[in-house]
Amino acid sequence: MKYLISAVIGTLAGIAVCLLAVYYNPLNIRSDLTPLAFSDNPIINLHYSAAARDTLLYTNNGESQVAPYPGNVLELWEDPIRQTTAMTTVLLNSRNEFAGIGIKFLSDSERTQLLKGQVLVDSVWHIFLPGRGTLFIEQTENHWEHLRDIVIPAYLSSGDSWRGVWRRNITAGPSALRTARVVGGSGEFVGLDAEAVEALAARAYSVEQGPVALQGELLIEMPRRNSADAPATPSATN
Amino acid sequence: MITVMPNGGNAETFHINLPFDRIMTGAPGQREPMPAALEWPDDERLYGMRAELFKIRNNNDVVIGLASRIEAAENASGEIIEWVLHLPARGSVYLSMRPDAVDGQYRVGELRAGTREFQEMNGRVTERWIAAASAADDLHAGRIELVTVFKAAEDR
Repeated sequence: MKYLISAVIGTLAGIAVCLLAVYYNPLNIRSDLTPLAFSDNPIINLHYSAAARDTLLYTNNGESQVAPYPGNVLELWEDPIRQTTAMTTVLLNSRNEFAGIGIKFLSDSERTQLLKGQVLVDSVWHIFLPGRGTLFIEQTENHWEHLRDIVIPAYLSSGDSWRGVWRRNITAGPSALRTARVVGGSGEFVGLDAEAVEALAARAYSVEQGPVALQGELLIEMPRRNSADAPATPSATN
Repeated sequence: MITVMPNGGNAETFHINLPFDRIMTGAPGQREPMPAALEWPDDERLYGMRAELFKIRNNNDVVIGLASRIEAAENASGEIIEWVLHLPARGSVYLSMRPDAVDGQYRVGELRAGTREFQEMNGRVTERWIAAASAADDLHAGRIELVTVFKAAEDR
Protein backbone atom coordinates (compact mmCIF):
# COMPACT_ATOMS: atom_id res chain seq x y z
CA MET A 1 0.00 0.00 0.00
CA LYS A 2 2.76 2.41 0.92
CA TYR A 3 4.38 1.79 -2.47
CA LEU A 4 1.14 2.69 -4.22
CA ILE A 5 0.83 5.91 -2.22
CA SER A 6 4.47 6.74 -2.96
CA ALA A 7 3.90 6.11 -6.67
CA VAL A 8 0.83 8.36 -6.75
CA ILE A 9 2.56 11.15 -4.82
CA GLY A 10 5.65 10.80 -7.00
CA THR A 11 3.58 10.97 -10.19
CA LEU A 12 1.66 14.02 -9.01
CA ALA A 13 4.89 15.71 -7.94
CA GLY A 14 6.42 14.92 -11.34
CA ILE A 15 3.43 16.38 -13.17
CA ALA A 16 3.59 19.51 -10.98
CA VAL A 17 7.31 19.95 -11.65
CA CYS A 18 6.72 19.53 -15.41
CA LEU A 19 3.91 22.09 -15.43
CA LEU A 20 6.01 24.56 -13.42
CA ALA A 21 8.95 24.00 -15.76
CA VAL A 22 6.73 24.77 -18.78
CA TYR A 23 5.13 27.77 -17.07
CA TYR A 24 8.37 29.36 -15.86
CA ASN A 25 10.67 28.14 -18.65
CA PRO A 26 13.08 31.04 -19.18
CA LEU A 27 13.75 29.84 -22.74
CA ASN A 28 10.14 30.68 -23.60
CA ILE A 29 10.61 34.36 -22.80
CA ARG A 30 11.03 36.21 -26.06
CA SER A 31 12.20 39.67 -26.92
CA ASP A 32 9.34 41.95 -27.92
CA LEU A 33 11.46 43.82 -30.45
CA THR A 34 10.58 43.49 -34.12
CA PRO A 35 12.42 44.52 -37.28
CA LEU A 36 9.72 47.13 -37.86
CA ALA A 37 10.99 49.03 -34.82
CA PHE A 38 14.21 49.76 -36.73
CA SER A 39 12.63 50.47 -40.11
CA ASP A 40 12.97 53.86 -41.79
CA ASN A 41 9.92 53.16 -43.91
CA PRO A 42 6.52 54.68 -43.13
CA ILE A 43 4.39 52.54 -40.85
CA ILE A 44 0.61 52.29 -41.03
CA ASN A 45 -0.77 51.97 -37.52
CA LEU A 46 -4.22 50.41 -37.18
CA HIS A 47 -5.84 49.43 -33.94
CA TYR A 48 -9.08 47.84 -32.83
CA SER A 49 -10.79 46.44 -29.79
CA ALA A 50 -10.33 42.67 -29.65
CA ALA A 51 -13.04 42.16 -27.03
CA ALA A 52 -15.90 40.37 -28.80
CA ARG A 53 -18.61 42.80 -27.71
CA ASP A 54 -16.70 45.75 -29.14
CA THR A 55 -16.45 44.24 -32.61
CA LEU A 56 -19.05 44.46 -35.37
CA LEU A 57 -19.29 40.68 -35.50
CA TYR A 58 -17.55 37.83 -33.73
CA THR A 59 -18.40 34.19 -34.22
CA ASN A 60 -17.03 30.79 -33.30
CA ASN A 61 -18.42 27.32 -32.53
CA GLY A 62 -20.73 28.74 -29.85
CA GLU A 63 -19.18 26.57 -27.13
CA SER A 64 -16.02 28.56 -26.62
CA GLN A 65 -15.46 30.77 -23.61
CA VAL A 66 -16.04 33.92 -25.68
CA ALA A 67 -19.67 34.06 -26.80
CA PRO A 68 -20.48 35.00 -30.41
CA TYR A 69 -21.62 38.58 -30.98
CA PRO A 70 -24.24 39.72 -31.81
CA GLY A 71 -26.29 36.99 -30.20
CA ASN A 72 -28.11 35.86 -33.33
CA VAL A 73 -25.03 35.44 -35.52
CA LEU A 74 -24.53 32.15 -37.38
CA GLU A 75 -22.18 29.87 -35.41
CA LEU A 76 -19.32 27.83 -36.86
CA TRP A 77 -20.40 24.41 -35.61
CA GLU A 78 -19.36 22.28 -38.58
CA ASP A 79 -16.33 20.03 -37.90
CA PRO A 80 -13.87 21.61 -40.38
CA ILE A 81 -14.45 25.10 -38.94
CA ARG A 82 -15.06 24.30 -35.26
CA GLN A 83 -11.58 25.53 -34.32
CA THR A 84 -12.00 28.72 -36.34
CA THR A 85 -13.09 32.20 -35.27
CA ALA A 86 -14.28 34.97 -37.59
CA MET A 87 -14.30 38.61 -36.63
CA THR A 88 -15.28 41.84 -38.38
CA THR A 89 -14.19 45.05 -36.74
CA VAL A 90 -13.72 48.76 -37.22
CA LEU A 91 -10.08 49.76 -37.60
CA LEU A 92 -8.90 53.08 -36.18
CA ASN A 93 -5.75 54.99 -37.06
CA SER A 94 -3.19 56.33 -34.62
CA ARG A 95 -5.31 59.47 -34.13
CA ASN A 96 -8.19 57.23 -33.06
CA GLU A 97 -10.16 58.11 -36.18
CA PHE A 98 -12.07 55.69 -38.37
CA ALA A 99 -9.63 54.11 -40.83
CA GLY A 100 -11.48 51.14 -42.30
CA ILE A 101 -12.99 47.71 -41.87
CA GLY A 102 -11.05 44.55 -41.07
CA ILE A 103 -12.19 40.95 -41.36
CA LYS A 104 -10.07 38.38 -39.55
CA PHE A 105 -10.13 34.59 -39.65
CA LEU A 106 -8.26 32.67 -36.94
CA SER A 107 -7.78 28.90 -36.80
CA ASP A 108 -6.04 26.92 -34.07
CA SER A 109 -2.83 25.53 -35.50
CA GLU A 110 -1.94 21.84 -35.39
CA ARG A 111 1.68 22.99 -34.93
CA THR A 112 1.02 24.13 -31.36
CA GLN A 113 3.69 22.82 -28.96
CA LEU A 114 2.92 23.73 -25.38
CA LEU A 115 6.24 22.39 -24.12
CA LYS A 116 8.03 24.89 -26.35
CA GLY A 117 5.78 27.76 -25.31
CA GLN A 118 3.92 27.78 -28.61
CA VAL A 119 0.16 28.19 -28.62
CA LEU A 120 -0.17 28.86 -32.31
CA VAL A 121 -3.02 30.30 -34.34
CA ASP A 122 -3.00 30.75 -38.13
CA SER A 123 -4.76 33.94 -39.09
CA VAL A 124 -5.48 36.13 -42.08
CA TRP A 125 -6.79 39.68 -42.31
CA HIS A 126 -8.84 41.08 -45.19
CA ILE A 127 -8.71 44.85 -44.80
CA PHE A 128 -10.49 47.68 -46.59
CA LEU A 129 -9.25 51.23 -46.00
CA PRO A 130 -11.58 53.70 -47.77
CA GLY A 131 -9.71 56.07 -50.06
CA ARG A 132 -6.59 53.93 -49.90
CA GLY A 133 -7.28 50.34 -50.94
CA THR A 134 -7.28 46.77 -49.70
CA LEU A 135 -4.75 44.54 -47.95
CA PHE A 136 -4.31 40.87 -47.14
CA ILE A 137 -2.23 39.92 -44.13
CA GLU A 138 -1.10 36.38 -43.34
CA GLN A 139 0.46 35.45 -40.04
CA THR A 140 1.05 32.81 -37.42
CA GLU A 141 0.24 34.09 -33.94
CA ASN A 142 1.66 32.78 -30.68
CA HIS A 143 -0.75 33.23 -27.77
CA TRP A 144 1.43 31.49 -25.17
CA GLU A 145 2.40 34.71 -23.37
CA HIS A 146 -1.23 35.85 -23.24
CA LEU A 147 -2.15 32.47 -21.78
CA ARG A 148 0.72 32.48 -19.28
CA ASP A 149 0.51 36.09 -18.15
CA ILE A 150 -3.24 36.69 -18.20
CA VAL A 151 -5.49 33.66 -18.67
CA ILE A 152 -3.82 31.30 -16.16
CA PRO A 153 -3.45 34.03 -13.47
CA ALA A 154 -7.15 34.88 -13.98
CA TYR A 155 -8.10 31.24 -13.34
CA LEU A 156 -5.83 31.13 -10.27
CA SER A 157 -7.22 34.40 -8.93
CA SER A 158 -9.88 34.24 -6.21
CA GLY A 159 -11.89 36.81 -8.17
CA ASP A 160 -11.77 34.76 -11.39
CA SER A 161 -10.36 37.76 -13.20
CA TRP A 162 -7.15 39.56 -14.12
CA ARG A 163 -6.45 43.28 -14.21
CA GLY A 164 -3.24 44.99 -15.13
CA VAL A 165 -1.24 46.45 -17.98
CA TRP A 166 0.16 43.98 -20.50
CA ARG A 167 1.30 44.38 -24.10
CA ARG A 168 3.06 41.86 -26.35
CA ASN A 169 3.60 41.20 -30.03
CA ILE A 170 1.71 38.07 -31.01
CA THR A 171 3.06 37.69 -34.55
CA ALA A 172 5.37 34.69 -34.73
CA GLY A 173 5.67 34.24 -38.47
CA PRO A 174 5.65 33.24 -41.24
CA SER A 175 8.90 35.18 -41.65
CA ALA A 176 11.94 34.03 -39.70
CA LEU A 177 12.05 37.47 -38.10
CA ARG A 178 8.59 36.92 -36.64
CA THR A 179 6.74 39.26 -38.96
CA ALA A 180 3.54 38.79 -40.93
CA ARG A 181 3.32 38.89 -44.71
CA VAL A 182 1.31 41.72 -46.28
CA VAL A 183 0.01 41.69 -49.86
CA GLY A 184 -1.66 44.73 -51.38
CA GLY A 185 -4.81 44.27 -53.41
CA SER A 186 -6.00 47.61 -54.74
CA GLY A 187 -5.60 51.38 -54.66
CA GLU A 188 -2.30 52.65 -53.36
CA PHE A 189 -1.47 49.14 -52.13
CA VAL A 190 -1.44 47.46 -55.56
CA GLY A 191 1.72 45.39 -55.90
CA LEU A 192 2.64 45.89 -52.25
CA ASP A 193 4.64 43.07 -50.66
CA ALA A 194 5.49 44.08 -47.13
CA GLU A 195 5.70 43.03 -43.50
CA ALA A 196 3.55 43.64 -40.47
CA VAL A 197 3.39 42.91 -36.77
CA GLU A 198 0.32 42.54 -34.61
CA ALA A 199 0.30 43.25 -30.88
CA LEU A 200 -2.24 42.80 -28.12
CA ALA A 201 -2.60 45.12 -25.14
CA ALA A 202 -4.72 43.79 -22.28
CA ARG A 203 -6.11 45.56 -19.23
CA ALA A 204 -8.80 43.20 -17.95
CA TYR A 205 -9.75 39.54 -18.37
CA SER A 206 -12.64 37.62 -16.90
CA VAL A 207 -12.86 33.82 -16.62
CA GLU A 208 -16.57 34.08 -17.34
CA GLN A 209 -16.46 36.39 -20.38
CA GLY A 210 -12.89 36.11 -21.68
CA PRO A 211 -11.11 39.33 -22.71
CA VAL A 212 -12.90 42.38 -21.28
CA ALA A 213 -10.45 45.13 -22.21
CA LEU A 214 -8.17 44.00 -25.01
CA GLN A 215 -6.77 46.19 -27.78
CA GLY A 216 -5.22 44.87 -30.97
CA GLU A 217 -2.68 46.85 -32.96
CA LEU A 218 -1.43 46.26 -36.48
CA LEU A 219 1.80 47.88 -37.62
CA ILE A 220 2.22 47.62 -41.38
CA GLU A 221 5.47 48.65 -43.00
CA MET A 222 5.08 50.54 -46.28
CA PRO A 223 8.29 50.14 -48.31
CA ARG A 224 9.23 53.33 -50.14
CA ARG A 225 8.58 53.07 -53.85
CA ASN A 226 10.52 54.61 -56.71
CA SER A 227 8.91 57.75 -58.07
CA ALA A 228 8.25 55.85 -61.31
CA ASP A 229 5.88 53.38 -59.69
CA ALA A 230 4.53 55.60 -56.93
CA PRO A 231 0.78 55.51 -56.47
CA ALA A 232 -1.32 58.24 -57.98
CA THR A 233 -2.96 59.05 -54.67
CA PRO A 234 -0.96 60.59 -51.85
CA SER A 235 -0.14 58.24 -49.01
CA ALA A 236 -0.74 59.73 -45.62
CA THR A 237 1.20 57.91 -42.98
CA ASN A 238 -0.90 57.28 -39.92
CA MET B 1 -12.99 17.44 -55.24
CA ILE B 2 -9.80 18.55 -56.95
CA THR B 3 -9.50 17.94 -60.69
CA VAL B 4 -6.07 17.78 -62.30
CA MET B 5 -6.01 19.87 -65.46
CA PRO B 6 -4.11 18.85 -68.63
CA ASN B 7 -1.58 21.66 -68.04
CA GLY B 8 -0.79 20.36 -64.54
CA GLY B 9 -2.97 22.79 -62.63
CA ASN B 10 -5.60 21.86 -60.09
CA ALA B 11 -9.22 22.87 -60.60
CA GLU B 12 -11.50 23.00 -57.59
CA THR B 13 -15.09 24.11 -57.20
CA PHE B 14 -16.46 25.78 -54.09
CA HIS B 15 -19.96 27.04 -53.53
CA ILE B 16 -22.05 29.02 -51.09
CA ASN B 17 -25.71 28.17 -50.58
CA LEU B 18 -27.76 31.29 -50.09
CA PRO B 19 -29.19 32.38 -47.81
CA PHE B 20 -28.15 29.53 -45.47
CA ASP B 21 -24.39 30.08 -45.60
CA ARG B 22 -24.42 33.85 -45.23
CA ILE B 23 -22.94 34.93 -41.90
CA MET B 24 -22.81 38.67 -42.43
CA THR B 25 -23.72 41.40 -44.88
CA GLY B 26 -22.37 44.78 -43.89
CA ALA B 27 -23.17 47.92 -45.86
CA PRO B 28 -24.03 51.44 -44.80
CA GLY B 29 -27.74 52.20 -44.60
CA GLN B 30 -28.94 48.68 -45.35
CA ARG B 31 -32.54 48.05 -44.38
CA GLU B 32 -32.12 44.42 -43.40
CA PRO B 33 -28.65 43.85 -41.94
CA MET B 34 -27.41 40.32 -41.57
CA PRO B 35 -27.33 39.36 -38.72
CA ALA B 36 -30.27 41.50 -37.70
CA ALA B 37 -28.47 43.05 -34.72
CA LEU B 38 -25.41 44.05 -36.77
CA GLU B 39 -24.55 47.73 -36.16
CA TRP B 40 -22.62 48.70 -39.27
CA PRO B 41 -20.79 52.04 -39.09
CA ASP B 42 -22.57 54.78 -41.00
CA ASP B 43 -19.37 56.50 -42.12
CA GLU B 44 -19.82 58.25 -45.47
CA ARG B 45 -16.49 56.88 -46.67
CA LEU B 46 -18.05 53.41 -46.63
CA TYR B 47 -20.85 54.33 -49.04
CA GLY B 48 -20.65 52.01 -52.00
CA MET B 49 -18.84 49.39 -49.94
CA ARG B 50 -20.24 46.01 -49.01
CA ALA B 51 -18.56 43.36 -46.87
CA GLU B 52 -19.87 39.80 -46.63
CA LEU B 53 -18.95 36.68 -44.69
CA PHE B 54 -19.94 33.18 -45.75
CA LYS B 55 -19.41 29.55 -45.03
CA ILE B 56 -18.04 27.81 -48.12
CA ARG B 57 -18.70 24.27 -49.26
CA ASN B 58 -16.95 21.73 -51.45
CA ASN B 59 -18.45 19.63 -54.25
CA ASN B 60 -20.01 17.27 -51.70
CA ASP B 61 -21.92 20.18 -50.15
CA VAL B 62 -19.81 19.94 -46.98
CA VAL B 63 -18.77 23.14 -45.22
CA ILE B 64 -14.97 23.27 -45.40
CA GLY B 65 -14.15 26.88 -44.62
CA LEU B 66 -15.09 30.51 -44.50
CA ALA B 67 -14.98 33.30 -47.04
CA SER B 68 -15.03 37.07 -46.99
CA ARG B 69 -16.06 39.17 -49.96
CA ILE B 70 -15.45 42.90 -50.17
CA GLU B 71 -17.00 44.97 -52.92
CA ALA B 72 -16.44 48.70 -53.22
CA ALA B 73 -16.60 51.44 -55.79
CA GLU B 74 -14.61 54.55 -55.05
CA ASN B 75 -12.41 57.12 -56.74
CA ALA B 76 -9.13 56.13 -55.17
CA SER B 77 -9.19 52.42 -55.85
CA GLY B 78 -11.72 52.09 -58.66
CA GLU B 79 -14.15 49.20 -58.45
CA ILE B 80 -12.98 46.47 -56.09
CA ILE B 81 -14.27 42.93 -55.79
CA GLU B 82 -12.16 40.64 -53.65
CA TRP B 83 -12.45 37.30 -51.93
CA VAL B 84 -10.48 35.69 -49.13
CA LEU B 85 -11.13 31.97 -48.76
CA HIS B 86 -9.97 30.49 -45.47
CA LEU B 87 -9.76 26.69 -45.39
CA PRO B 88 -8.48 25.84 -41.88
CA ALA B 89 -6.82 22.55 -42.76
CA ARG B 90 -5.23 23.83 -45.95
CA GLY B 91 -4.55 27.57 -45.97
CA SER B 92 -6.05 30.74 -47.35
CA VAL B 93 -6.27 32.42 -50.74
CA TYR B 94 -6.63 36.08 -51.65
CA LEU B 95 -8.51 36.57 -54.91
CA SER B 96 -9.00 39.76 -56.86
CA MET B 97 -11.85 39.86 -59.39
CA ARG B 98 -12.29 41.96 -62.50
CA PRO B 99 -15.45 44.00 -61.98
CA ASP B 100 -16.98 43.42 -65.42
CA ALA B 101 -18.83 40.15 -65.91
CA VAL B 102 -17.92 38.08 -68.97
CA ASP B 103 -21.01 37.86 -71.20
CA GLY B 104 -22.93 39.18 -68.21
CA GLN B 105 -22.68 35.73 -66.65
CA TYR B 106 -19.52 35.30 -64.60
CA ARG B 107 -16.56 37.23 -63.31
CA VAL B 108 -12.94 36.29 -63.71
CA GLY B 109 -10.22 37.00 -61.20
CA GLU B 110 -6.74 36.03 -60.21
CA LEU B 111 -4.93 34.63 -57.21
CA ARG B 112 -3.06 37.47 -55.51
CA ALA B 113 -1.64 35.51 -52.59
CA GLY B 114 -1.94 32.18 -50.87
CA THR B 115 -0.83 30.59 -47.65
CA ARG B 116 0.30 27.06 -46.76
CA GLU B 117 -0.66 24.71 -49.61
CA PHE B 118 -1.56 27.69 -51.81
CA GLN B 119 1.64 29.61 -51.07
CA GLU B 120 3.61 28.81 -54.19
CA MET B 121 0.62 28.89 -56.51
CA ASN B 122 -0.74 31.24 -59.10
CA GLY B 123 -3.85 30.98 -61.16
CA ARG B 124 -7.31 32.30 -61.75
CA VAL B 125 -10.84 32.03 -60.44
CA THR B 126 -14.35 32.48 -61.78
CA GLU B 127 -17.33 33.68 -59.76
CA ARG B 128 -20.85 32.85 -60.89
CA TRP B 129 -24.33 33.23 -59.45
CA ILE B 130 -26.58 30.22 -60.05
CA ALA B 131 -30.23 30.75 -59.20
CA ALA B 132 -32.13 27.88 -57.58
CA ALA B 133 -33.44 25.48 -60.20
CA SER B 134 -36.86 25.08 -58.66
CA ALA B 135 -39.10 28.13 -58.33
CA ALA B 136 -41.06 26.19 -55.73
CA ASP B 137 -38.05 26.22 -53.43
CA ASP B 138 -38.76 29.47 -51.62
CA LEU B 139 -36.04 29.05 -49.05
CA HIS B 140 -33.10 28.36 -51.33
CA ALA B 141 -32.36 31.41 -53.48
CA GLY B 142 -29.40 29.90 -55.27
CA ARG B 143 -25.67 29.65 -54.90
CA ILE B 144 -22.44 31.44 -55.59
CA GLU B 145 -19.99 29.18 -57.37
CA LEU B 146 -16.26 29.78 -57.28
CA VAL B 147 -14.04 27.70 -59.55
CA THR B 148 -10.32 28.01 -58.91
CA VAL B 149 -7.60 26.81 -61.26
CA PHE B 150 -4.21 27.01 -59.56
CA LYS B 151 -0.82 25.71 -60.54
CA ALA B 152 2.61 25.81 -58.97
CA ALA B 153 4.35 29.13 -59.65
CA GLU B 154 7.62 27.57 -60.91
CA ASP B 155 5.67 25.74 -63.64
CA ARG B 156 4.59 29.01 -65.14
